[in-house]
Amino acid sequence: MHELGIAQEIIAIVTERAGIARVTRVVLEVGKHALILPDSIQFCFGLCAEGTSAEGAKLEILEVPGRALCRACGAEVALEEPFGTCVCGSTDLQWLTGDEIKIKEMEVI
Amino acid sequence: MCVTCGCSDDSDVRLTDLRTGNTMILNPPHEHTHDGHTHTHGHPHDHEHGHTHQHAKGTVVSLEQQVLARNDQWAERVRGWLAGRAVLALNLVSSPGAGKTTLLERTIRDLAEEMPFSVIEGDQQTLRDAERIQATGCPVVQINTGTACHLDASMTARALQQLDPHQNSVVMIENVGNLVCPALFDLGERAKVVIASVTEGDDKPIKYPHMFRASEVMILNKIDLLPHVPFDVDRCLEFARQVNPRLRIIPLSATRRDNLAEWYDWLRAQWAGRTELQESLA
Repeated sequence: MHELGIAQEIIAIVTERAGIARVTRVVLEVGKHALILPDSIQFCFGLCAEGTSAEGAKLEILEVPGRALCRACGAEVALEEPFGTCVCGSTDLQWLTGDEIKIKEMEVI
Repeated sequence: MCVTCGCSDDSDVRLTDLRTGNTMILNPPHEHTHDGHTHTHGHPHDHEHGHTHQHAKGTVVSLEQQVLARNDQWAERVRGWLAGRAVLALNLVSSPGAGKTTLLERTIRDLAEEMPFSVIEGDQQTLRDAERIQATGCPVVQINTGTACHLDASMTARALQQLDPHQNSVVMIENVGNLVCPALFDLGERAKVVIASVTEGDDKPIKYPHMFRASEVMILNKIDLLPHVPFDVDRCLEFARQVNPRLRIIPLSATRRDNLAEWYDWLRAQWAGRTELQESLA
């Protein structure tokens, strides 16, 4: 439900940074466990771009896998779910990646 | 900053001060989008806005910008504002009907002499919750988010400006009932307190892990109803700890007053620590 707002924010950021240039491509990094749906963001991005300097721009979404550090033993843990268990048995994990929603780059002409 | 639901475009966000009954329309969500170019992330073109000569055909521009950065900037401003006044702010989140307002009413009535409260109520529509809080004698403002499903930090900032809480007081922010979106939005609070209740499924923590991970305390409310509902407390707590082993879990009943002391003790500890940031800045 909040993807439309997120898409609006992406358009606001890239069009502001582009100045009077036209945005043709935006690369978004989305964590595997970020609270947004890539398909929904794609759909909303197209809608929000209409009438802006990013109209027609292509949105590329790169999925970032979830990784965490175990606070008990320091081992790295792959997060297949938005929670996990270290081989040492601890579930006390410090997330490194997996929940980001970040604009990596854009292409302008 | 208003990364509210896009669908809020056609419905205003309203702020009502229950003391005066006045309602104001908060800025349309995206009017301020281009205010203040506060790009603190490293980018070689920070000062080049509007200059096309930096952008040759098909130029790739590295941004590395968190989409929610503007909300986070607002949240930090709010946090600083609160710290300067030694105000403790807590963000209460839950699904609709878990008992946030009832817990608030009870807490304010029981602790008002120890710590002055004021409240920011968040709901899509109506002043009903704010009126309940007002009946406790506590200052309250209501944010009606229209169709949006959560509060964001710019709304909190406006509500605080209107509420004008006393120095050395507690601001309780009752978020819109929703276990999903509010997890994404830092409001500048000291901590999120998630409220679950035994009339919901005992697997809520693992179905909505982001919220339980973002929270510091989980209140399990309505425990007086346990004899009447198929709710497995141990299973729920196990799920909660799997998602967030640091979560402080407090089972209680706000209506029957069971185990409120544990919640109040936690609140008192936060209250005692409210000046820590202020002291560390001094």
